[in-house]
Amino acid sequence: MSETFLQQVMEESGQPINLCYQCRKCSAGCPMVEEFDFPPNMVMRMVQLGQRDELLRSKAIWMCISCETCGARCPNEIKIAPVMDCLRAACLAEGVVPADPVTVALHTSFTESIKTFGRVHEATMLMKYKLRSKNLTSDLDVGLKLFLKGKIPLLPKKTKNVRKVKEIFQAAGR
Amino acid sequence: MSEIFSYYPGCTSHSTAIEYIEASHEVLTALDIELRELPDWCCCGAASAHNLSGTLALGLSAFNICEAQKEKADLLIPCAGCYNNLSRADYALRHDPEEREKLEKLLGFSFTGEVKMLSLVDVLAREELRPAVRERVKKPLTGLKVVCYYGCAIVRPAVITGVDDVENPQRLDTMMADLGAEVLDWSCKVDCCGGDLGLTHAEKTAELVNKIVDYAVAAGADCLVTSCALCQANVDIRQQRLPILFFTELMAEAFQIGNRQRWWKKHFNNPANLFQGS
Repeated sequence: MSETFLQQVMEESGQPINLCYQCRKCSAGCPMVEEFDFPPNMVMRMVQLGQRDELLRSKAIWMCISCETCGARCPNEIKIAPVMDCLRAACLAEGVVPADPVTVALHTSFTESIKTFGRVHEATMLMKYKLRSKNLTSDLDVGLKLFLKGKIPLLPKKTKNVRKVKEIFQAAGR
Repeated sequence: MSEIFSYYPGCTSHSTAIEYIEASHEVLTALDIELRELPDWCCCGAASAHNLSGTLALGLSAFNICEAQKEKADLLIPCAGCYNNLSRADYALRHDPEEREKLEKLLGFSFTGEVKMLSLVDVLAREELRPAVRERVKKPLTGLKVVCYYGCAIVRPAVITGVDDVENPQRLDTMMADLGAEVLDWSCKVDCCGGDLGLTHAEKTAELVNKIVDYAVAAGADCLVTSCALCQANVDIRQQRLPILFFTELMAEAFQIGNRQRWWKKHFNNPANLFQGS
């Protein structure tokens, strides 16, 4: 069972996770590590040990910002960002409650905007995100300033072939 | 004869990065480089799609590679985030036969690999372009102390970006020196500003931004220069100590072209008084 999980994540991410020998360079340079419940080196160990449920419920998989600093420094050339992508996808696919629902709310609102217009329309995307995350007041001053500087357009711009974009969403099960 | 590239604007071209796109067009025109916008394009998935589904992230970027292939010219992608996403899809199409088959079927095209993905730095920092850039400088940026901030997306992973040095890249530094600016050494060139989580975890992002700005100020910088639309917006919005400029804005300033006063007003930290008398 445990071996299967390691193999599955290695195959899906294309990363040689079995090579991790816990040098902790990843965690030493991670800008988000203070927000993680398990630092990146521990995430690698947990994948090796098959601690699937703990990982899918973890905050770490959502707080990873995919800056790829760890991947650039790993002596075994393991890129942790794509591993995190796999773990996030597994979390959502299996209906596990994400440990950081606000982040999922943003990504969901953002991609919904793409599904509707083919491109992102910031104004409607932000409104959806605010409603979904119930986080109505944060950064309102910033949003207003951006709007006044002409940086949040009122009208959306659309992709001509939105039908094709919707097909991509369908193939991705979103 | 002018050089021609296909052009992928990206969603921020008509929102948070308006001044970047305007400045970039001015600079490219001045250097006799012509852009042809893709007849159709969609969002690359930005910092969101990959968090939800690999198929979605690769599919959205590949949509644009498919469109670019029809145009038969290398694709210029000024937004660093878009450049990173499209380059990842391009890499998968080139190196992963299984993924390629999936994407070709999904999008109904046959990948030829004839079109290259290029960031604006890839195009403007070319060695052969340096004489033309230096020649175009009307008012050198003498005395302006800059730190070059590369961030994540045009740097990592190196196998995808082809960056010159993953910990200490040089191309923006060389360009700024060619404009006459004083380029300072500093420690945060490739540190992440937290932009991707700015909307959800503003406090953490502000902490990362302020660390970067602390180092820039300690180095003695008058401004920070970047090529990433998300970095620019994020670092500009979350502090009140340092102007954050796009590298093509500084090129336009040195060339003395474009509606620069209008661009400066789009910044949260207005850089106008760095350029008194211009």
